[in-house]
Amino acid sequence: MLTKKVKNRTLFLFLFFLLSVLAVFFIIKSLNKNILYFSSPTEIKQKEDIQFGKAMRVGGMVTKDSIIINKKNIQFTVTDFENEILISYSGTVPNLFAEEKGVVAEGRLRDKNFFIADRILAKHDENYMPPEIKEIIEKNAK
Amino acid sequence: MLSNIGISLIVLVLIFGFLSIYTASLDLKTAGLSINKSIYKLSLFQTTFTILSFFTLIVGFIYSDFSLINVYENSHTAKPLFYKIAGTWGNHEGSLLLWVNILVIFSYLFLVFSHKHNKNFRLYTLIFQNILIIGFLFFLLLNSNPFNSIYPPPFEGLGLNPILQDPALAIHPPLLYVGFVGCSIYFSAAMASLMSGYGGKLFAQSIKTWVKISWCFQTLGIIVGSIWAYYELGWGGFWFWDPVENASLLPWFAITALMHSLIVLEKRNTLYSWVIILCLLTFTLSVLGTFLVRSGILNSVHTFANDPSRGIYILLFLSLMIFSALAIFFTKYKKETYNFNFKSRETFILANNWFMVFFLVTVLIGTLYPIFLDVLISIKISVGPPFYNIVIIPLVVPLLFLMAVGPKVSWINSQNKVFNKILFFILGALVINLFIIYFSKKNSILSNLIFIAAIFLILHSFLDIKKLINKKNKTELSRVISHLGFGLLIFFIGINHQFSLEEDFNLKVGETKKINNYEIDFESLKTKESKNYKAVIGNFKLTNLKNNQVQYLDPEIRIYSNPETLTYEAAIKTKITSDFYLTMSNVSRSDYYNIKFQNKPFMIWIWISAIMIALGGFIQLTSKKNED
Repeated sequence: MLTKKVKNRTLFLFLFFLLSVLAVFFIIKSLNKNILYFSSPTEIKQKEDIQFGKAMRVGGMVTKDSIIINKKNIQFTVTDFENEILISYSGTVPNLFAEEKGVVAEGRLRDKNFFIADRILAKHDENYMPPEIKEIIEKNAK
Repeated sequence: MLSNIGISLIVLVLIFGFLSIYTASLDLKTAGLSINKSIYKLSLFQTTFTILSFFTLIVGFIYSDFSLINVYENSHTAKPLFYKIAGTWGNHEGSLLLWVNILVIFSYLFLVFSHKHNKNFRLYTLIFQNILIIGFLFFLLLNSNPFNSIYPPPFEGLGLNPILQDPALAIHPPLLYVGFVGCSIYFSAAMASLMSGYGGKLFAQSIKTWVKISWCFQTLGIIVGSIWAYYELGWGGFWFWDPVENASLLPWFAITALMHSLIVLEKRNTLYSWVIILCLLTFTLSVLGTFLVRSGILNSVHTFANDPSRGIYILLFLSLMIFSALAIFFTKYKKETYNFNFKSRETFILANNWFMVFFLVTVLIGTLYPIFLDVLISIKISVGPPFYNIVIIPLVVPLLFLMAVGPKVSWINSQNKVFNKILFFILGALVINLFIIYFSKKNSILSNLIFIAAIFLILHSFLDIKKLINKKNKTELSRVISHLGFGLLIFFIGINHQFSLEEDFNLKVGETKKINNYEIDFESLKTKESKNYKAVIGNFKLTNLKNNQVQYLDPEIRIYSNPETLTYEAAIKTKITSDFYLTMSNVSRSDYYNIKFQNKPFMIWIWISAIMIALGGFIQLTSKKNED
């Protein structure tokens, strides 16, 4: 016969354990649903199994003389010096968005050449380059 | 010249660190109840030299002595004096010197103020703290020396990044550093407690004040950073689940858990091992945060300058810290018996700890998972705000309820008197929530639950305050204020989220745009020249069509000269009920300006309630010790 104290403690530990397992399960599950993959324009061209509706990130350098602004939105192309992709965005671009500077766009692919962004990231100082883009450029320079 | 003075001072601090360890270990073996007077002197000299070295660097910045590489890289003669001084800790090397300063000052203060406690415990604390000091000093000397000189000295400096030239950001690092580095002292004390066997209630009393101090400063530091992000970064939000924000939040969860479980250790003399783990964890997470921010692994606003070799040193130091802490913990571990009743305050405090650890794990996984994936299989991913919102927000609901009820439950074993009142409060919360649903357009079960829980906590806290006014119990009052602040914070964030209006559009001078019941009129553009920047200012007329109230908003595009940088200054009109937020930007010099217009209800209340949380902590610091 278990004493009341021991019973209580077992229940307590059991509850604690169960809650923790549930919590971790919940965290991992939501994590898998909410990660954004990063691709370069070349990777998008080459990938066969790309999902068009899924949120993702695209990055590279803003091509020179490619920025077009009209009343509704802003369009520009992003290059990794091998391939380009057209990006359309309606919203405020960050401080350091400029031609021939690194940029990361978050949004969805319409097709392999056209990307609709929900968010533009370029919030670094003038000498800084996002590591992803630096890597791409170094790879393509070889 | 300054370079030599600075380096000599740093070397002196290092020597005194070794001397302190040596004399303290000798003193461990001597009998007697008080610490050798010479140790006090050593510690005092060490503190004086560190502070002097910091002032040397400040002098270098004030007089723009460009023979110091650090000053050359981060300052400029045309910078206002205030930002010259703030520039001292605005860069990596200077902030590391500040870090060492806090380590040393806390070490001395702990030595002086812990005189009531066990001698060997205090000596061990001093030894461990000095090991930390020496570790960071070597890092400073070998890798990030703020006193490195350059010859011949350049005539002009490179300047400080303009978005860092801001009053909020001038005080943000010192606040956060006192909070983060302040944790070091109870990291050392926890190790000392394991070594000397000085545990239980008395140990809890020895570190109580230090935990509160660092908690207050961390909380305040995070708030100031958030305020800065709101008006400087120009996207109108205040929290983005950016990896660097997360890095500051990780130790905060641990320290909040520690603050609560420490009460259990002090009152009921149980949970000792758990408190030790939290002490070790808090400082470890602070160092981890620094590693993430300074190594440049994270892609964020804070990585203004980075260098992988720094990362490797901090990572080495961090692993050494974790390894030795764990080794000492497991060799000295003693089995404890826990005797908890389900309906007692202890259980509720444990529940708080469970939530804090859950939030901690969530944020830790979200922050580190992308780094691991990148290192292991070089897939680049990022984890955005939706992940944190989905995982964390639902759990805030039960947390809010527990925060209201928990403190009312008495120690050891409690009766069910409180439950009638709870029912009454839930009814009140439901009624207020109905009003919110009525006015709001977007509704979900979750947002309703959040409102009900938050209002429940707020009502509950108001009643507590009413009762406490007669009692004048500061400890209780500070608790109520912090909890009320948290309830209000969640409530106002919820309202802000439900009712805010945001619109992006492009506009030419002379055009107007209508959004809901607001009309925005782009009237004109003008230019302005200031000491260290040129600016283009837009004049916007904002008319509220409902009551014909007119407001003028003047966002700026600034072009700073040293270093040449473009920034967008938001125009913010703060009112008691809402903020109007307008930014203007221009790419590729077209006639169209890109405008972001936001109306954010109760913005100022978010700051006020967040500050209330910290205020509760400060009130507790001023309360007399024998009161509770």
